[in-house]
Amino acid sequence: MAGTYHFDAEDRHNAFITRADSAAFGDGRLSGIPLAIKDNISTKGMQTTCGSRILEGYIPPYDAHVVELLRKEGAAIVGKTNLDEFGMGTTTENSGFGPTTNPHDPARVPGGSSGGSAAAVAAGMVPMALGTDTGGSIRCPAAFCGIVGLKPTYGRVSRYGLIAYSNSLEQIGPMARNAADVSTLMVILCRYDARDSTSYDRPYAHAPSGEIRGMKIGIPVEYFGEGVDPPVAECVRDAIATLEGAGAVIEECSIPSMEYALAAYYVTCTSEASSNLARFDGVRYGPAVETKRSWHDEFQEFRGEHFGREVQRRIMLGTFALSAGYYGKYYAKAQMAKENVRREFERVLKSVDVIAGPTMPTVAFRLGEKSDPLSMYLSDVLTVPANLAGVPAISVPCGRVEGMPVGLQIIGRHFEDEVVVDAAYAFEQEGSA
Amino acid sequence: MVSEREVETIAKLADIRIQKEELGEFTVQFNAILEYFDILDRVEAAGEGSADLINIFREDEVQPSLSVDDVLANAGSTEDTFIKGPRVM
Repeated sequence: MAGTYHFDAEDRHNAFITRADSAAFGDGRLSGIPLAIKDNISTKGMQTTCGSRILEGYIPPYDAHVVELLRKEGAAIVGKTNLDEFGMGTTTENSGFGPTTNPHDPARVPGGSSGGSAAAVAAGMVPMALGTDTGGSIRCPAAFCGIVGLKPTYGRVSRYGLIAYSNSLEQIGPMARNAADVSTLMVILCRYDARDSTSYDRPYAHAPSGEIRGMKIGIPVEYFGEGVDPPVAECVRDAIATLEGAGAVIEECSIPSMEYALAAYYVTCTSEASSNLARFDGVRYGPAVETKRSWHDEFQEFRGEHFGREVQRRIMLGTFALSAGYYGKYYAKAQMAKENVRREFERVLKSVDVIAGPTMPTVAFRLGEKSDPLSMYLSDVLTVPANLAGVPAISVPCGRVEGMPVGLQIIGRHFEDEVVVDAAYAFEQEGSA
Repeated sequence: MVSEREVETIAKLADIRIQKEELGEFTVQFNAILEYFDILDRVEAAGEGSADLINIFREDEVQPSLSVDDVLANAGSTEDTFIKGPRVM
């Protein structure tokens, strides 16, 4: 039955940038269910900022494809969630609208960049939310907040209406309390869309199965290497043993190109960002630029004032990496590395069904702990490979260290999102048994 | 290694004004990140790119789109059906 959802949940963690106190909903599989949308996904008539002051006040005149699909199924869109500005960060501290905090410990970050969506689900404000994942931005906050998050196969969910940061890497995906809800959202989100030229016609008609007997799980040595906090590694090894107990077959494997995956990722995303973010100039949307002064003077001042430091840093890094004389050293090499990572994942996934390891090398950081950009980048080392390879990857809660949630990451073959959901679902069943 | 001057030039190319007092910190961070990127020097191509990629083309046909009012609604400065930008000259 169609109606209006009154959204009055208290936002103790600054999870939302914009909220709708009453949201109309229709009939369908999500009828009356409140859903939160990451604020870099366009919602018709509802402010969309990307967590940036440069888009404050922008009201999209159209819905993203995924938002159209959710509305068609009767969902009540109750608000837009906080994020690191344009998705650039691992903590949701880089937001122009203040940091989101972790519902499990407000002195810690929720992870990022989809930290608002993760916190909203973990705090029980909404049962499901959408996030986006360019280098781990769904899986990291899912792990840090103790919820389930899936980065679908590249091309499976339309990016139409997602405000672009790094087109060749990013995907929209579901975040929820459990794998069954993530699966339900995938049924709805995976629809071909001609408006995204990378959209692939591969519907997801699947209900999760807890049966994983005989499933081959590869454990890459690189996912348990230096930099991974030993108690986190142990917690994830225990989770993998649980899957083995349920009948999965465990095999050691290796992905040597992980060594340069992180550098390849940061060169690629900053390069694409330098191009994508050139459009934010205060002329067509967001706070208005002064039109009396001259073009470059005005744009430089406007972008200097309205972009946060991390966004400025990434635009400049990308501008540098694409400049004449450096293109071959950085961008061209990064694309080679990306192709190598993809091939290695394909090779390993010929002999195993999925790959498993920790989602993040540590539990959630304390607010302000990662003040140096490079040390922040290094924490993405276990999530970026799936984006470079374009393969699906899910994070499912698998225990606690220091009282904080730990995520088990399961990575699958291209277009086998169903298999990683099944593995996550099976783990939940075993864990609660 | 890049110098403060080079960082200033990059900022100018990217249309971002960096305050003089922040230039030093940006340069230090820039160099730390670029040093990390040097690991890419060791990358070698494993072979040709995948051959199964196809281009997606469409006919250049007029499709229903947003109204002029919708398009202009978010612009800071408009005149008739135009958006006004800063002076070019």
